[in-house]
Amino acid sequence: MNAECPVCGAQIQLAADAVQGELIECPDCGTELEVVSVNPPQVKEAPQEEEDWGQ
Amino acid sequence: MTKIKVSIVGASGYTGGELLRLLLFHPNVEINQVTSESYTGKFVYKVHPNLRKATQLKFSSASELQQCDVLFLCLPHNSSQNKIDFYKSIAPKIIDLSADFRLKNQDEYEKWYGHKHVRPELLKEFVYGIPELHREEMKNANYISSAGCNATASILGLYPLFKNDLVFEDRTVIEVKAGSSEGGNKVNEGSHHPERSGVVRSYMPTKHRHTAEILQELSFGKNIQVHFSATAIDIVRGLLATCHVFLKKDLEEKDIWKIYRDAYGNEPFIRIVKENDGIYRYPEPKLLSGTNYCDIGFKKDENSNRLVVISAIDNLMKGAAGQALQAFNIMFGFDERTGLEFTGLHPI
Repeated sequence: MNAECPVCGAQIQLAADAVQGELIECPDCGTELEVVSVNPPQVKEAPQEEEDWGQ
Repeated sequence: MTKIKVSIVGASGYTGGELLRLLLFHPNVEINQVTSESYTGKFVYKVHPNLRKATQLKFSSASELQQCDVLFLCLPHNSSQNKIDFYKSIAPKIIDLSADFRLKNQDEYEKWYGHKHVRPELLKEFVYGIPELHREEMKNANYISSAGCNATASILGLYPLFKNDLVFEDRTVIEVKAGSSEGGNKVNEGSHHPERSGVVRSYMPTKHRHTAEILQELSFGKNIQVHFSATAIDIVRGLLATCHVFLKKDLEEKDIWKIYRDAYGNEPFIRIVKENDGIYRYPEPKLLSGTNYCDIGFKKDENSNRLVVISAIDNLMKGAAGQALQAFNIMFGFDERTGLEFTGLHPI
């Protein structure tokens, strides 16, 4: 069973040894995700540091 | 292994040189002749110095063309159509990189190019050369008309939205920022270095001819409008198309991801580039130099139904020679990526 990226909807297969709280990256949109649950697989967007972007 | 014998007509230009660079290393290709009227008898490396030691080929005159399997025409616009019968007598298959056979409608050709087409009855014989849209037709085609560079980036960026009827038909605005190689290798006062260097020059705010191709490929039988502008900027290769469209219904970014993934998920040369962090969050032409990729990104305006779609290509590759070779590979049943595996340079 796959987790769904909350940002782009990509199906993400968690590693067999994934643990709750682990940070992973979505292979499609590159968003850093936090594993909320392993069974069932669930991820959420990890908090990001605000950047000075596009001044 | 039997090799496909190809010749390039008009090989001294930037597009012809780029195509030659690719074909020289294609495992299924034997290059018969490369023609140039200005450089007949000269080694090709005199014009394309990057090919020094890669080949000892010399330019021939087009009048010396011998029979081959495929002719690539890299001529200025309004040249191929005048000698198309001769080219057809040389090779059973032709890939024309000029604009002469891109439009299917004679009236549209005359409207956008300002003169009558010499052989309008042949327009429908040519398959429009964007593989992602016309792959099946290319498999059995004898004649392919390679798409315009600005048109390629714009069409690929917007195709999934128009195909799925997701955007208003009359409100599309496209702004392309383009490098100097789009202008070819013929010099003019505007290309003189002190004048061209550092410019942000609006060279075609309206009436750009590539608009006609965009309309042709995105209309799906409807009456659509595309408002296209082009700006010359201080790069040599590459272009960035920033397209503004307005969604008919309220879609979330995740929905739009799905639409693009459905359209292009299996495409070898299209990448969705849209990231929340890092330096290159959206498509960046400089990373695509020498590659056949079209990178596409998007961002939905949180305060309106506007969707900004950003696409980038190397105009000489996915916008010309690379795309033509991709079409050639499809025509002959080769792996589409053959000869086009280069992934670009970083940093550059």
